[in-house]
Amino acid sequence: MSNFFNEMYDGGKVREPYARLEGWTRAMPAELRQMKQAEAEALFRRIGITFAVYGEGGDPDRLIPFDMFPRVFTQFEWRKLERGIKQRARALNAFLLDVYGRGEIVRAGKIPARLVYQNEAFERAVTGFVPPRGIYSHIVGIDLVRTGPDEFFVLEDNCRTPSGVSYMLENREIMMRMFPALFRESRIEPVDGYADALRRTLASVAPAKCDRDPTIAILTPGHFNSAYYEHSFLADLMGVELVEGADLFVEGGFVWMRTTEGPKKLDVIYRRIDDSFLDPLCFRPDSMLGVPGLMDVYRSGGVTITSAPGAGVADDKAIYTFVPEMIRFYLGEEPLLQNVPTWQCGKADDKKYVLEHLPELVVKEVHGSGGYGMLVGPKATKDQIEHFRLKIEEDPGNYIAQPTLALSTTPTFVEEGIAPRHVDLRPYCLVGENIELVPGGLTRVALTDGSLVVNSSQGGGVKDTWVLAE
Amino acid sequence: MLSRTAENLFWIARYIERAETMARLLEVGARIALMPSAGHGYRSEWESLLQASGTAEGFAEKYGDPVQRNIESYLFFDRDNPSSVVSCIERARENARIVRTALTSQVWDALNMAFQEMRQLERKARSELELTELTEWVNRQAAMVRGAMDATLLRNDGYHFLNLGFALERADNTARLMDVKYYVLLPRLDFVGGGLDNYQWQTLLRALSAHRAFHWAYGGEITAAKIAHFLILNRQSPRSLITATETAMDHLDQLARDYHKSGPAQMRARAVLGELSETRVEDIFEEGLHEFLTRFIREIGELTEMVQHAYLSGEAR
Repeated sequence: MSNFFNEMYDGGKVREPYARLEGWTRAMPAELRQMKQAEAEALFRRIGITFAVYGEGGDPDRLIPFDMFPRVFTQFEWRKLERGIKQRARALNAFLLDVYGRGEIVRAGKIPARLVYQNEAFERAVTGFVPPRGIYSHIVGIDLVRTGPDEFFVLEDNCRTPSGVSYMLENREIMMRMFPALFRESRIEPVDGYADALRRTLASVAPAKCDRDPTIAILTPGHFNSAYYEHSFLADLMGVELVEGADLFVEGGFVWMRTTEGPKKLDVIYRRIDDSFLDPLCFRPDSMLGVPGLMDVYRSGGVTITSAPGAGVADDKAIYTFVPEMIRFYLGEEPLLQNVPTWQCGKADDKKYVLEHLPELVVKEVHGSGGYGMLVGPKATKDQIEHFRLKIEEDPGNYIAQPTLALSTTPTFVEEGIAPRHVDLRPYCLVGENIELVPGGLTRVALTDGSLVVNSSQGGGVKDTWVLAE
Repeated sequence: MLSRTAENLFWIARYIERAETMARLLEVGARIALMPSAGHGYRSEWESLLQASGTAEGFAEKYGDPVQRNIESYLFFDRDNPSSVVSCIERARENARIVRTALTSQVWDALNMAFQEMRQLERKARSELELTELTEWVNRQAAMVRGAMDATLLRNDGYHFLNLGFALERADNTARLMDVKYYVLLPRLDFVGGGLDNYQWQTLLRALSAHRAFHWAYGGEITAAKIAHFLILNRQSPRSLITATETAMDHLDQLARDYHKSGPAQMRARAVLGELSETRVEDIFEEGLHEFLTRFIREIGELTEMVQHAYLSGEAR
């Protein structure tokens, strides 16, 4: 374990941000801890925050395990991260506006045309269309990992509909309910401004044809979706409607909600469904989740869709390698956050290297998410490695590989007491009239000893994430 | 409000009311079964209970003979029976989960707790569960849900849709509960008012938690006419058909006021109430209790369809 950066203990000493927590854990006997843990679980269950795991069947009311040991950043650490995250969010949006417009970055030879225009996530249907304020990705979730006191790496960008923000908010709420004294002693930056900021962001991108206070709604695939809780939670906090496709219809160049008082015009849709389901007339004809004619209204400026259809082309794992290039190209700045070195199996040299070093690498599908279809070399069996070798040979363009990062650990409550477990971080950056970032994010923790996979679908848990005020 | 949200709210209330009715039906059945019956025996009484709850067919398919224990399982625990207590509570909670944003946390808590406790009940051995315990549990959960709604909800359109759900379901359910009585004891003139008949009527009152209330309201001897009056025509009785109809009409009127628009549903509610107001108990017995109740259930069904069309379907313009 000594190879990993422990965010609390550095060479036997407690690092500054965790100073107060040292006393807190000392003063907490095992029985109290178990009681609190049970209390937290009861609270989560009562609130109804549950997470159904795709393809596993089983209990639809499963909880994501919540670890009470907070993850802490100093103000100084956070400011640095914040600058890097905002920089990245700006560059990603500039890229999207560009590739659906003149494609300067491709013409300049900085990114291969094939990667952009033949990308599955590239939406021909929106080329040439400029969304309000030229913004495509209004909520950017940037997954970060840490390997040392000052070393942060971006693992991936999520430009479409990053989920998990409800956990950021609820984890805080529950920690404050259970340990009010901790919050009195430490000065922790609040995160509860997120919903207002999100609402402001969405309102600021109202379509040109909207001449009043915009009506906003969240479009959900429905209550069977694993993230439904989050959709309804956010709608509630913002005071906006939560709609399904069947609640909407298109008429006279606008989108309308079916209400008990007749049709009501809708101006901004924060969609939590994939592009391909948005409009059966434009994308998948078999989609039951979408709204026929929605894309026509969108392209004629009758409604804003956030994130904009097509935003996915920026968060593809193959495009990811070029984000530092985007930052230089559009912003004329040096990237503040580093990328993880990435090998593209589509390139012959890279593929050769990857196949020779499989036991040391992490291999991912270009379009995969949620920790599925992933190989963690150092943890894999021989069979798994050979299986991946075949898969890569079969379709090299579909895979990338990265070195196995020495993910930092933070103290985590486990059966035997407190032990270090690997963590990552997903902050949520809002892009509208302003670029905003609430001080915090979702920390995911791999609860299994030694595991580097933090995805909730693979047995990961969550933690409250603190940014200390100065 | 979204039509779908209104529909979910409407159904939360209907399922809770229905769960309560199912529990009350079971109680009526269990009590009536303890009594010597009017010549049909044990079996027909439970049969009649299934008839009245509209679940006879489904039951026959699954179990065949109406044995008390099976009927209890079917009406309380069986998920294959869409009207069982368990199905109703589960769906009420699922509807609530869908419209969490339209409910206060107290209302959600009440519904969610009912669901969580129900799952614990389901894990217990049936031999450990007394029927009266189960029915009391259901009544208690329903009371908590109603209490939370009453104490915490904004009096907006959502509140009216919830209460419309309660009122329309209750009108339908009280009528059906009374109909059990009809099935148990075919209304032969010489039975009406006899000693046994009265005992069975009293059982019905007990199941409706209205035994005491009845005595306060009428006093003296219990007669079929008094009870019919109490459950159908008395505006003081919270479960009477006239009270339920009037409640539905009130909430429809408030919706019309809020929305500045009245329609066929309001007119129909007024008509049903008008007729009830002018009906005398004698008229009901003359028409035949069963015939009267069947007609009433149909009318409430039609009114419900009008509500559906006007507000819940999303077709309103």
